Amino acid sequence: MTIRESKKLWLGYGLAMVWFYVLLWPLLGIKPEGLEFASSFAIWAKVAVSAGILLALYQIKRGGWLDFALRPAQALRETAASATAKVPTWIWLVLVAAGALAFPFVTERYAHDVAISVLVYICLGLGLNVVVGMAGLLDLGYIAFYGVGAYTYALLSVHYGLSFWLSLPIAGCFSAIAGCFIGYPTLRMRGDYLAIVTLGFGEIVRIVLNNWMSLTNGPNGILGIQPPGVYWWTDVGFKVIPLTGLEQFYYIILGLAVFTVVAVYRINTSRIGRAFEAVREDQTAAELMGVNTLRIKLLAYAMGAVFGGLAGAFFAARMRFISPESFTFIESAMVLAMVVLGGMGSIPGVILGSLALIALPEVFRGFELYRMLVFGGVMAIMMLVRPKGLWPAKRMGVRSEEKE
Amino acid sequence: MEFFFQQLVNGITLGGVYALVALGYTMVYGIIQLINFAHGEIYAAGGYMGVILISWLVSQGYPPFVCLSVALVLAMGYCALLAMAVEKLAYKPLRNSSRLSVLLSALGMSIFLQNGLMLTQGVYDRAYPGEMVQGGFEIGGAVVSYMQVVIVGITAFLLIALNVLVFKTRIGKAMRATAQDKTMSALVGINSSRIISLTFAIGAGLACAAGIMVGMYYGSVRYDMGFVPGIKAFSAAVLGGIGNITGAMLGGLIIGMIEVFAAGYISSEYKDVFAFIILIAVLYFMPTGIMGENVDDTRV
Repeated sequence: MTIRESKKLWLGYGLAMVWFYVLLWPLLGIKPEGLEFASSFAIWAKVAVSAGILLALYQIKRGGWLDFALRPAQALRETAASATAKVPTWIWLVLVAAGALAFPFVTERYAHDVAISVLVYICLGLGLNVVVGMAGLLDLGYIAFYGVGAYTYALLSVHYGLSFWLSLPIAGCFSAIAGCFIGYPTLRMRGDYLAIVTLGFGEIVRIVLNNWMSLTNGPNGILGIQPPGVYWWTDVGFKVIPLTGLEQFYYIILGLAVFTVVAVYRINTSRIGRAFEAVREDQTAAELMGVNTLRIKLLAYAMGAVFGGLAGAFFAARMRFISPESFTFIESAMVLAMVVLGGMGSIPGVILGSLALIALPEVFRGFELYRMLVFGGVMAIMMLVRPKGLWPAKRMGVRSEEKE
Repeated sequence: MEFFFQQLVNGITLGGVYALVALGYTMVYGIIQLINFAHGEIYAAGGYMGVILISWLVSQGYPPFVCLSVALVLAMGYCALLAMAVEKLAYKPLRNSSRLSVLLSALGMSIFLQNGLMLTQGVYDRAYPGEMVQGGFEIGGAVVSYMQVVIVGITAFLLIALNVLVFKTRIGKAMRATAQDKTMSALVGINSSRIISLTFAIGAGLACAAGIMVGMYYGSVRYDMGFVPGIKAFSAAVLGGIGNITGAMLGGLIIGMIEVFAAGYISSEYKDVFAFIILIAVLYFMPTGIMGENVDDTRV
């Protein structure tokens, strides 16, 4: 890129930023009680400075002025990559598995809590990834399936005393049915209508949960959900022991997350996964090649919903209390932000995204309030600078343009 | 019957407001095929700007009419500039990217603005000064407040002004040309980038007026007030036929009526659901809407 082009880009961005800032500052600083610039100035100064630094870094990197530092780093990375490539994949997997299994023994309660929510969001993110990343159907109401799963287990547990393990597949099935319900009328729609309709569906589910007093107890939520139990030998013979420790929950959700990762990976590499990709890239061409697009899209919805439902059932079992407040649009947006940040269609990307969006805010507790602000900003900026995400998905097979 | 007339009056008031917001969606969609998620937040920002300006003007002792009109004009100008800034920052650089990218960027912008409002203006409702327009009169058993008259009056004025702008002026002609074919209109010398900016600005101005009037009607504003009306207004735009200005006005009125009547006769808890159900039903059975032309697949 020439200097002139870069200057032009800079000028455009810079002017727009200044404009935006100048505009937002007074609105957010003036309050009906009087002028109060101090607090909002602090907030916007932080936003502006961080945005400025990020933009400057990005520009410097593009300008090639960081090459003196980046080149050796690149070389180092390449040597590291070639060294690690010699190590078989299973060793890495064993290392990661060992780390994950040993995690509760080397950390505190608080870390367990964070790890559990990261793993829940990994499940959700991977489920949404099937819909958004693989099949390319933007779903803004994904959290509804999480809610369906959670309420399924909660109701089964409270009214029928059904165990967690038995309810888990039922919750998955119910979510899949809900996915088909939502998916079916929307299948004929074009990409962006789909987004708004799924958003509407998500809201409908929340409103129904909120108002169907006889079934869901409305905004008061459902109390007294049983924790998962295991059948185990005790002094008085075989008995169901409820699992209530955080480490035990950690292992349950770890198992669920591993199941989700494996399942999504298998879907991705299967015939169906290829069909998803074909539908995403060009629906008409896919149909011509004999892909039943209606069925494939419905399948994407149902599959994505199952993982959301499983995570929801776990959430209900872990919290032992659920209310419609946990299933708002903001949650959907957060899961979507993870998928977008990590890289649509990429499994390690989504895991990275969940780590970044759940674990990082825990580290920077002081910025708790800014979390959603940053999510929104990151989503918009990622689309500008790195639309494929932090860890872009590898495309399968060899393309003709890459062959030469 | 009195109840029916009362609901009719309320429905017209609410429907006018939805029509104003729906216009912003439909105009932007017509010109760049983007669902501008940040539009609802512009509406909320307009509501806040209105509460700020009106409170200040009232405290200075100006008469209500002056307060309202000055605040309306200033806030509309402000929101127009804000929407143009959003467009420049988040949508313009992505003009040649995939549709999904722009949509996600719009969603990010919406979340960003909503949380910016929450952080700086607080999570609680902000009350509009109550003594603005009081009283009312009675027709056929239905009570019509002067506030409703003011709202319907302003809405009607803005809708007529927009119609004149779009269908009678040179700028309007340029806007319609750009919406029809960007390349061809650029060939005949229309600066499409400027026209797009202008479209955002006009839509935002209308949304801002709607935000202020809703704030006055219900007496308060909230940082997340733009979310649900945003979806409903989009439903209205789809119902009327996306991209069609007259359709959006009609759709807004219909959605407002349906919401008010459904709340009155069926169930007030589920009133938000009806708009969504209409949206889905329209998209499924009549994707072109009431007044829309055929939407071809090349726009996907």
